[in-house]
Amino acid sequence: MLRRLPEQKGRRVRFLFEGEQVHALEGDSVAAALLAAGAGATRTTPKSGSPRAPYCMMGVCFECLVEIDGVPNRQACLIEVRDGMRVRRQRGAPGLPGEAEDDPV
Amino acid sequence: MTRFDLAIIGAGPAGMSAAVTARDAGLSVIVVDEQPAPGGQIWRAVGRNAGARSGNLAFLGEDYAKGAELAAQFEASGAQFWPSASVWHADSPDEGDKTVTVAWDGATRQFRAGALLIATGAMERPVPVPGWTLPGVMTVGAAQTLLKSSGLHPEPPLLLAGSGPLLLLFAAQCIAAGIEIAALLETTPPGAYMRGLPHLPVALLGWRTLLKGHRLKRQLAASGIPVYRAVTDLVADGTEQLERVRFRSAGMPVELEAAHLLLHEGVVPNPQLTRLLRCDHHWDAAQRCFRPDLSDRGETSVDNVFVAGDGGGIGGAMAAVHSGRIAAFEIAERFGSVNRPSGDVEIVKARDALRAELAVRPLLDAMFPPPDWIARLDGDVTVCRCEEVSAAAVRKAAALGAPGPNQAKAFLRAGMGPCQGRMCGLTITEILADAHGEHPERIGYYRIRPPIKPVTLGELAALDGSD
Ligand SMILES: Cc1cc2nc3c(=O)[nH]c(=O)nc-3n(C[C@H](O)[C@@H](O)[C@H](O)COP(=O)(O)OP(=O)(O)OC[C@H]3O[C@@H](n4cnc5c(N)ncnc54)[C@H](O)[C@@H]3O)c2cc1C
Ligand code: FES
Repeated sequence: MLRRLPEQKGRRVRFLFEGEQVHALEGDSVAAALLAAGAGATRTTPKSGSPRAPYCMMGVCFECLVEIDGVPNRQACLIEVRDGMRVRRQRGAPGLPGEAEDDPV
Repeated sequence: MTRFDLAIIGAGPAGMSAAVTARDAGLSVIVVDEQPAPGGQIWRAVGRNAGARSGNLAFLGEDYAKGAELAAQFEASGAQFWPSASVWHADSPDEGDKTVTVAWDGATRQFRAGALLIATGAMERPVPVPGWTLPGVMTVGAAQTLLKSSGLHPEPPLLLAGSGPLLLLFAAQCIAAGIEIAALLETTPPGAYMRGLPHLPVALLGWRTLLKGHRLKRQLAASGIPVYRAVTDLVADGTEQLERVRFRSAGMPVELEAAHLLLHEGVVPNPQLTRLLRCDHHWDAAQRCFRPDLSDRGETSVDNVFVAGDGGGIGGAMAAVHSGRIAAFEIAERFGSVNRPSGDVEIVKARDALRAELAVRPLLDAMFPPPDWIARLDGDVTVCRCEEVSAAAVRKAAALGAPGPNQAKAFLRAGMGPCQGRMCGLTITEILADAHGEHPERIGYYRIRPPIKPVTLGELAALDGSD
């Protein structure tokens, strides 16, 4: 889990992770917001189902792959979090875009 | 399709300085970067930290603050800038323009350019130790990015393990920001500092870097953070999450509780685009990595495809700035905007500055030698994180006759996952070289194919070839 230093100015952003409401600061990447929210594993691997979390934060490891607004395979460390985003763990191999169920809002 | 004289991929120090120089020379320039703002790795989120969060400059340090000036020049340069745009294909036909394909805002865009400058920088060398896939383990650079971009830091107990200037810099930034570090695990082999001594006279040209390194070490010593030296046999342990770290320090076994472990063993060029474009590469023995063959003006083996910055070999941010200028002047001359004599004078100046900047590198290489244990990996440690392939499996593929990474890939699926070998490529080259008793250059590297970034069906469908 990550902590925020004091005096990090910015607008608060609210989004959904696995259907639960989470707070972030404007300018956070989705990966940063998830780590700050204590999300733990953000995906599981297709082969063994082992838990993974963001590793590089710069777009090269692809451990941060999540589903955002129904689209799988998004690199959470490269995408800024936005109000109302619906984010889900990517479990195993990604489905096709649009295949995901909707979040229970 | 829109056409530019110069397309620059990456808006770090190299890309930004090249863009400013090329615009001054009157070229039409487009710059794309997959990050939401310019700055690259060293100057991540420099706009935000120089603005609303200026309090952070106090602990991020003066080298970081310097980035704001170049970023401002870049933004005023008149270069077209596409942030949050990932290049997933680049094509260089034998004759004529290059084509760049970008995923941007849910759509695919393409443009053409006379010259292409790859300024995609470096990535941290993957550090395949047992348990490095556990949540709670990440790279030092990742933690530093979280600090720069979001003011976030790992909760205690936090361990830093590895070797290299970036590790020391991050430790110093943590100390200055009041972030607690439980212990530092130095994997630098004993005696490395002594081996660096013969390089000192040349390195004095880069005395500023040296002074900085010295200051970092002093800050660290004064902080009272426990330092374990000559660390080997590092293991991250836990079930769903990192719980503890085991290692040997000067041969003695140690176990520490940890919520976070940050790994770092130096940085290496990000090879994806130069490999995709089939540029020639060679093995750099001092830095234990491949780098593209470059002319003294930064051109690759492919006509009008240039590399500037750490993507061509590790030189640091100021070297990236100078090499960006050199490449931009050369490109400006070719495309007729600057006449030879004045361009040549500028190139000579930039090259002198670059040489002074690079002078310190042999010393750094000797002081922080890249890890040699990666070549000897065996057993069930994960090498390919995506497809979960172990070191032992790679050795077995070698024994079954796989001569290089591409055959190992066919046997094992290593390198076929979403990261396309970024996390295992170098390790697999090293292990195969060791297994076959061959030079890494003969073993080679993965053949990289497009798309080099995940593309959604929507983005593909939107490929309309316009702009
Ligand atoms: C994680 C990390 C942290 C670092 N921190 C520091 C530091 O604090 N201080 C220091 O002195 N050095 C640091 N370095 C070293 C660093 O390499 C600097 O020397 C400097 O940033 C190099 O500048 P550059 O312009 O060559 O590349 P970079 O600054 O790395 O910039 C490359 C840019 O290319 C973009 N890019 C890459 N691939 C694509 C693609 N396919 N499509 C679109 N855009 C792409 C990236 O998003 C990035 O913004 C760090 C390196 C890493 C890897
Ligand atoms: S954390 Fe590595 S790609 Fe996003």
